[in-house]
Amino acid sequence: MAQTYTCHKIAKGKAKGELLFTKDPLCFYLIDPKTGKVIEKEHELYGQSITGKILVFPYGKGSSVVQADGLYQLQLSGMSPAGLVVESADTTLAASAIIFDMPLVNRLPQEFYETAKDGELAELDADGGTLAVQPGK
Amino acid sequence: MKLTAEEQAMADGKYGPGTQLAMQVLIAIGEAYDAPYMVPVTRTHVALSNQEADLWFAEKLAKGGAHCRVRPTVNPSFNPEQLNAICPVEAADMEIVQRTHAAYNQLGAIMTYDCTPYLERNVPRYGEVISFSESSATPFVNSVYGARTNREAAQSALCSAVTGVTPYYGYLLDENRAGDILVHVEAEMKSDFDYQMLGYVAPSKTGFGVPVFDGLENPTKESLMNLGAQLNTGGNVALYHIIGFTPEAKVWGDPFQGKKPKKEVTITQADLDGMQKELTAPGGKIDFALFGCPHFTIDQVATIAQMVKGQQFAVPFFVMTSSLTRRLAQKMGYFDILRAAGGEIVEDTCMDQPCWKFLYGKKGITDSPKCTYYTKRRQMEFVIAPLEECVEAALKGVY
Repeated sequence: MAQTYTCHKIAKGKAKGELLFTKDPLCFYLIDPKTGKVIEKEHELYGQSITGKILVFPYGKGSSVVQADGLYQLQLSGMSPAGLVVESADTTLAASAIIFDMPLVNRLPQEFYETAKDGELAELDADGGTLAVQPGK
Repeated sequence: MKLTAEEQAMADGKYGPGTQLAMQVLIAIGEAYDAPYMVPVTRTHVALSNQEADLWFAEKLAKGGAHCRVRPTVNPSFNPEQLNAICPVEAADMEIVQRTHAAYNQLGAIMTYDCTPYLERNVPRYGEVISFSESSATPFVNSVYGARTNREAAQSALCSAVTGVTPYYGYLLDENRAGDILVHVEAEMKSDFDYQMLGYVAPSKTGFGVPVFDGLENPTKESLMNLGAQLNTGGNVALYHIIGFTPEAKVWGDPFQGKKPKKEVTITQADLDGMQKELTAPGGKIDFALFGCPHFTIDQVATIAQMVKGQQFAVPFFVMTSSLTRRLAQKMGYFDILRAAGGEIVEDTCMDQPCWKFLYGKKGITDSPKCTYYTKRRQMEFVIAPLEECVEAALKGVY
């Protein structure tokens, strides 16, 4: 039985993929567009691929151009994440997601963070404001 | 969102598809942040970058007939003429520079190619509502001047330049400018470099929010440039206050606006030293020195000139700055001193540009963690040290 959580749309769209959580803020420019792997060695996800994932992170970081270009290059190479879930959305991340059609939501309930786990299959509907998670899958 | 007739006309395509796209992006941002309406902006700064996404979006707006209502100043690209004299610029890189220049010029941007617009040509006043991208510029205009901008992406700032408006939300509102975290600085803070480290280490302790620094006395403009640049690179900080110094922590008196800080943290000299150790490559032989992230001021150029007069650098030595500062350096004799020592001053150029390929795989020295941050993608390694130590190392070839 999928557990459905409410969320708030920042950038429209629908996405399906495995959840990937990180406690560290994320900069898309520091993900290799060829492999989809995080290349920032201080990052919790260093060496891991974000391709096709519903990426759950606290907020974006990095300067005002690199989020957009990082995301654009990941899309060109087909290595981008499927969707994004954040706690705090800064304008740089929001504008990048909107312009490059990457579903982005925030305001997930605390229960989501306590219950959902890495690798669980999730369906994000930014327009409908829902995130449905299949526990244990 | 409630739109004026003019804003609705832009959104409906009355001014062409470029302006329409710009307005639609701003409406989407406004809706994401529950903004009730748009407000006019009086200044804009766009972090032009020559990157593929930058060119793609600027050309899309330009081809759609957009023209800036509030003409932006722009971030550095690279100066092909000056760089070609140092190392041949590849044809593909040359093409992207020319195409980006053409697109922005057509949009009506003011082609300043400088990441410190707040020091020259685009200086806002207290309370002015503006749209500034560029990670080092946004905290400076918000915090030091008390102007009001959100942490704009290059693209959202360009949309505001085209339409002349921005959604009313975030740091444009009084209540969102209140401090969240009180940061007691117990480090010595004796040089501009200490502010680089403070800026880089602070977000790891404060998290997402508006830091209020206590214990900083009369920082120089270079210290403030460094603090903002690193706060917004190491973290995501578009606004901070310094008790007794920045306008919203001085004129208003209470940077917390009557609320209690959500948390208090302390930063010590050990924190700054630890951060430097974590960021820097090990010492030893260096291959080059690179400065100007953000663009160096004339005072920083003077510091270097005084140190190297009559001496020779052991390694290639580059300073990136604005065209105005480079011209000033020529008039004031610093340019000749640096040249005689074997150094170069390059205008309109950023380290995050493809023109530095001849340095890939080598080890450099710089005073700026931000300078080294993006080079993770470029197989470059940097020792990070205070400016004076960097200059000494460049004279010896060893740090």
